[in-house]
Amino acid sequence: MTGVDLPILLPEILLALYAMAALLVWVYGGKDKWAGALTWTTAAVLVAMALIVATKNGVGSIAFGGMFVDDAFSRFAKVTILLSASGVLVMGRVHAAQRGLGQFEYPILATLAVIGMMVMVSSGDLMTLYMGLELQSLALYVMAAMRRDSVKSTEAGLKYFVLGALSSGMLLYGASLVYGYAGTTLYSGILSSLGTEVPVGLLIGMVFILAGLGFKVSAAPFHMWTPDVYEGAPTPVTAFLATAPKVAAMALIARVAQDAFGAIPGDWTQVLAAFAVVSMFWGAVAAIGQTDIKRLMAYSSIAHMGFALVGLAAGTVGGVQAMLIYMAIYVTMNLGTFAFILSMERGGVPVTEISSLNMYSKTAPLKALALLVLLFSLAGVPPMLGFFGKFYVLKAAVDGGMVWLALAGAVASVIGAFYYLRVVFYMYFGAEGPKLDSRMSTVQWAVLMGFAAIMLLGVINLFGIEAPALAAAEALLG
Amino acid sequence: MNNLLSIITVLPAIAALILALFLRGTDEAAQRNAKMLALIATTATFVISLVLLAQFDPANTGFQFVEDRPWIAGLNYKMGVDGISILFVMLTTALMPITILSCWGVSSRVKEYMIAFLILETLMLGVFCALDLVLFYLFFEAGLIPMFLIIGIWGGALRIYAAFKFFLYTFLGSVLMLVAMIAMYFAAGTSDIPTLMAFDFSSEPIAVLGLTITGGLQTLLFLAFFASFAVKMPMWPVHTWLPDAHVQAPTAGSVVLAAILLKMGGYGFLRFSLPMFPVGSDVMTPAVFWMSAIAIVYTSLVALAQSDMKKLIAYSSVAHMGYVTIGIFAANQQGVDGAIFQMLSHGFISGALFLCVGVIYDRMHTREIDAYGGLVNRMPAYALVFLFFTMANVGLPGTSGFVGEFLVLIGIFQVNTWVAAVATSGVILSAAYALWLYRRVALGALVKEGLATITDMSRRERAIFAPLIVMTLLLGVYPALVTDIIGPSVAQLVADYHAALPLVAEAASH
Repeated sequence: MTGVDLPILLPEILLALYAMAALLVWVYGGKDKWAGALTWTTAAVLVAMALIVATKNGVGSIAFGGMFVDDAFSRFAKVTILLSASGVLVMGRVHAAQRGLGQFEYPILATLAVIGMMVMVSSGDLMTLYMGLELQSLALYVMAAMRRDSVKSTEAGLKYFVLGALSSGMLLYGASLVYGYAGTTLYSGILSSLGTEVPVGLLIGMVFILAGLGFKVSAAPFHMWTPDVYEGAPTPVTAFLATAPKVAAMALIARVAQDAFGAIPGDWTQVLAAFAVVSMFWGAVAAIGQTDIKRLMAYSSIAHMGFALVGLAAGTVGGVQAMLIYMAIYVTMNLGTFAFILSMERGGVPVTEISSLNMYSKTAPLKALALLVLLFSLAGVPPMLGFFGKFYVLKAAVDGGMVWLALAGAVASVIGAFYYLRVVFYMYFGAEGPKLDSRMSTVQWAVLMGFAAIMLLGVINLFGIEAPALAAAEALLG
Repeated sequence: MNNLLSIITVLPAIAALILALFLRGTDEAAQRNAKMLALIATTATFVISLVLLAQFDPANTGFQFVEDRPWIAGLNYKMGVDGISILFVMLTTALMPITILSCWGVSSRVKEYMIAFLILETLMLGVFCALDLVLFYLFFEAGLIPMFLIIGIWGGALRIYAAFKFFLYTFLGSVLMLVAMIAMYFAAGTSDIPTLMAFDFSSEPIAVLGLTITGGLQTLLFLAFFASFAVKMPMWPVHTWLPDAHVQAPTAGSVVLAAILLKMGGYGFLRFSLPMFPVGSDVMTPAVFWMSAIAIVYTSLVALAQSDMKKLIAYSSVAHMGYVTIGIFAANQQGVDGAIFQMLSHGFISGALFLCVGVIYDRMHTREIDAYGGLVNRMPAYALVFLFFTMANVGLPGTSGFVGEFLVLIGIFQVNTWVAAVATSGVILSAAYALWLYRRVALGALVKEGLATITDMSRRERAIFAPLIVMTLLLGVYPALVTDIIGPSVAQLVADYHAALPLVAEAASH
């Protein structure tokens, strides 16, 4: 460890110091009474960190002998993670306060999870990978079980923990195999150890690592935990689970695949392509029968991860760029949609049945319109941003010579459109029923409207994220 | 002014945005304001599009008013019109103010209704102007959303069934098109429409599951696009969504659907299928001919059996679109000229017929033919207008309906006499169902009690029909208005098409 290394980790160190300081202050201070202030402070700190990371210049640098990498790729992913996490914290605040979820631990745990994610996307070594992943996961397990008096929430936390531990075990097992054959845990070392003859043991190890990471992005066939955890966890936590960790894990897959196994793309692209196809179709088909909007969003995220994996499976610069753009669009859509889901309540009690949206367009035309835009965007109907996300990954697949994968994606997107359409159906054509409360906090309203507007305005130039995403992809593959 | 196309395309959407953001309240004044703003925006669009028409040079067969800007994902925002597309742009801009006027009586959720139509206009214009594959797809697909909502929210009793049927039919078709677009991009490496029109897609026979496909990739691409355009058109046997959609849609929705949205299918054939996949088109031509001929006879017979006025006109639309596909795939000057002419003329005539139904539906709230009879006694002006458009629909010489059908039949006669013979029988059948409908609704004694107090058309309603009558007559007696503009572009299209065929056949024989 040298003084040269530390500045590279500055954002992570600052964030960790903040988390510990906040914990001390709030334990000895006002505890839950001050939770609101803590949420806002944390959100502001996360945004500040995003600014620090975004304004970092220069080419990539490495710390601790290559265990930690700071390059354009990790910066793009970190900014996405930090901004989406702060968005979730802010919009979940009102909801949490009203439901006795105002524990001050929530923002602190979220901060710790975010640190884990930042370490994940910057990892240059299987050890850093595991450290980051576990820090993130342990924080998330606790967050899922945040509502201690709810059976569903504790069940969700437990399920998440057991399955998560299983996936961590698989990942560790794979890492040990890779270490055994490559003789190092450093990505660059693994990469240079790959000759023309690749030992089967190393391949098995790689598949185990990918399977373990597949759990984290909830790619089918490792998606089983997703619907139950999404449904059981408190809604602000669900919103958190659906956004930042997904970006981190997806970026981690890209990192491991390209940095450690970049010399044998033929071996991992087929694994990722298989994950992608199964996720896209299973996410689309299984969602059709859902009646709970949180479960629906779970299947929706499974399908979306499938599409993002299509980009990675292409194995090209364009593919990584497409994946980054897709994930950025994905978190934007999900933040907007969850802002709405968080506000769904009837008589002050949260509801999550899709049928409770009956004729919502009559009670609240503007909000219904915003949700309509977001849903069509999730479905990938042009001219919303979601279409461009899909277009990018499909184009990357075609350019990467995987036309069949692009075709499968196109077909899956039609099947998927059906269930988003069902929600629209309830909002606009349903029968009159008990109405949802029209109350909505200002923050949620602003997030909902803002992100719906982004879905439409993005058609002009995608807010210029193309160039940074390309730079990030080039940094990773270059 | 070389961004004229963008201006007319975006103008309605801006009006929609203003409505969405700034118009508050649901009282009568607010409703009136919404309608006025929509009317002003659509009229302004029409006026600007007249400038476009005035500056258009028919002798130039290339694309004019081209705008080309880099956009995202290596795509270009490329717009432009040629002799084929400009009149569809004009048709759209001309009919939208009339459509807006026709929904003056609507009182439920007026603001949203106007927004939907304005957005729809933007998207329809975009379809006809887009010169980039993905841009075209974007407009083509997005048009589904407002129409889905128009049918689903403001439609009749079975509107939900109709809206879903409409959405799923067209969405399924267009996804096949998207797949074909990806394949085209893969093969040609560009999504620029003019470049693709000049690109030779492979027509080497390929084997799929043991079946040899003549025309190879071209045939497959043709079929994928065909799936989308045939549904939009609609062609027999995928026409079944149309009667449901028409019957359930509100009057203005039916007008837009019949007059403009259906034309996107025909336009697609002319812009994509013929120029880009000449061999594929050639291979599939006999099938298209017979599907169209069956459509003409079969749907005419089905129209005879209808008891609902809108359904009858919907089936009549399918029959008339049969002439369009026959004309396009006859692939000679008369045939294609006739097909475009028929689409434009059908735009005015079918729009007017749906408005005619709307007039009496607003008064009696039923579309059952049996509920009417002897309307001429109480509504002479209406009976006259209805008679005029019935005759135009039948194809009476002197109306635009005659010119289109006649040109198409001349065109097809040179290519396939049998198809021409079957198609011609449709002229007689259309006279049968249309005149019989008129007889049952307008003629005879006024015996139905409910009709005793029915009133004739108001001044607003007359004002709506006036331009439609003028256009139908004008195009009927002076068709050169249209053919002068489309002629050179069509000649170029036909020449390119025929030039591509022997070249490719020669290449295949080596």
